[in-house]
Amino acid sequence: MKAQAPVETADTFRRQALAATVIVKKNALLYYLKPPVLIFGVLFPVFFFMAFKMGRPIAPQEIVPGMLAMALWFTASAVGPLVTPWERRAGTYERLIATPVSLKAILAGDVASGVLFGSCLSAVPIALGLTLTESEVSSPALLVCGIILGALAFSSLGVLLAAPPASSPSNIMLLSNLVRLPLLFVSGIFLPISQMPAWARWAAPLSPLSYASALIRSGFGRPGYFPPWLCVLMLAVFAVVFFHGACCFHRRWRARAL
Amino acid sequence: MTGAAVIDVQGLTRRFGPLTAVDHVDFQVGKGELFGFLGPNGAGKTTTVRMLTGVIEPSEGTASIEGHDVRLEPVLSRAHLAVVPEQANVYLDLSVRRNVMLMAQLHGVARRQRIRESERLLELTGLADRGRHKARTLSKGLRQRLMLCAALVTDPDILFLDEPTAGLDVKSARLIRRVVRDMNSDGLTVFLTTHNMEEAEEMCSRVAIINHGRIAAVDSPSRLRTRVESSRYVEVVFADEAGSVANLAAIEGVRQVSTEGRFRRLYADSPARVAAGLIDFAAQKGVEITHVCTREPSLEDIFIELTRAGPGEGT
Repeated sequence: MKAQAPVETADTFRRQALAATVIVKKNALLYYLKPPVLIFGVLFPVFFFMAFKMGRPIAPQEIVPGMLAMALWFTASAVGPLVTPWERRAGTYERLIATPVSLKAILAGDVASGVLFGSCLSAVPIALGLTLTESEVSSPALLVCGIILGALAFSSLGVLLAAPPASSPSNIMLLSNLVRLPLLFVSGIFLPISQMPAWARWAAPLSPLSYASALIRSGFGRPGYFPPWLCVLMLAVFAVVFFHGACCFHRRWRARAL
Repeated sequence: MTGAAVIDVQGLTRRFGPLTAVDHVDFQVGKGELFGFLGPNGAGKTTTVRMLTGVIEPSEGTASIEGHDVRLEPVLSRAHLAVVPEQANVYLDLSVRRNVMLMAQLHGVARRQRIRESERLLELTGLADRGRHKARTLSKGLRQRLMLCAALVTDPDILFLDEPTAGLDVKSARLIRRVVRDMNSDGLTVFLTTHNMEEAEEMCSRVAIINHGRIAAVDSPSRLRTRVESSRYVEVVFADEAGSVANLAAIEGVRQVSTEGRFRRLYADSPARVAAGLIDFAAQKGVEITHVCTREPSLEDIFIELTRAGPGEGT
């Protein structure tokens, strides 16, 4: 019997991982093109960027890393806050959690959906930056690391923010923007962290975007406020903490959300 | 109950703050049974089903599905069941076929099997020619058929049906009942929650009646009838409306007389003896009887009787 236990565990893990990929596919088919995802995930960062850039004497290549980090921040964290409330309202959530898929696998699928959405859309600012400016990628490894780990942390945050028992996607979107927007302004996107006021410099380490931004800047050969090793570590920590929190709160509030 | 218990519920309780929605409920469902779960609105039916299907956790007590505790082994217990909720909550923006395939994939059904089974079930439920249509284009009846397809494609051991025919057109309701009965004949255990007493009477081999969160009775409809002997009666229709209720009450053995349209109901402990007395009565009065029969209490009568009591008085 003892010899069988690991096999069963591996089989269970394999089944749950497969189920998570089914969730990703479902989310991609159903939610990637929903208006709130496109508005908060794509239009928001574009207009933020334009509002920041216009009339300021900043070299275009200086702002490409920030633009990429901001786009990743909004896109990766836009899917989670939409999927769960949307499914609660449609009544499909109850059927989903009655399937033999663990809550962890469902949420992992939601996180992966955000990572995929954010990573794929980040190709747009990279392509624009490399084509239209003199930006160069000096360290592809750091850039990819920043995009993937950043998307993982941001998407996990999005899934965590979807936990409160609200059946209206707009309520959750409001909550997510209440969290995302303040963090955006203390993360060194619009102004290098070293030039920010003291209180903002204290707040910057609390934002996962600060680390993703620094890592992406390093990928483009620009000096980051935090060293790359610390960025990798902190993004991994944020991803784990957010995902664990998402599992706890989704489980706790599941009954109230039905 | 015949056969081994595939659903075993012991002292199952669920509280929402100060409200006890389900209060120490006990029952078992045997393999291959078609088990009805009846109760008035707010009695605790849906909460019980949600606990059994792992959607919410019990506050107290245990429930197991095919031997797997729903709290300790939620994934394993859910692997044996499929749910058709009252609300046809299909994915509206997915095609009919994708909806079915999605559920099959989430249950880990092998590719070849899910393709074969989905085609067979879509054919069986009259949805084959709508496979490519988006689910939002379907009527309520067709969406409920789709829900049934999506549940059955997972090849469950136990099928939970929550008011599956509520508000449906006659054709869809009949089709769903027929498919469920056929699957039950092939060995599928069915847990049917319904308000429709005729449906429960027609389909269920055993029923549980829940009231104010507590089980009022669990038995076969025929054995439950013996608990409500007071509801046995003779039903009679006279050719003209001259048969006065007051006179009918004078027949020996008649306890009470009621009128339902043209039908007069003579409640009695021994309906057969009253029927004989009724024939003599009609002959004496020169009244023609066009219809007479003895009636056992219906499941509806039993339900009304057992749910009339307040909390804790029904058992």
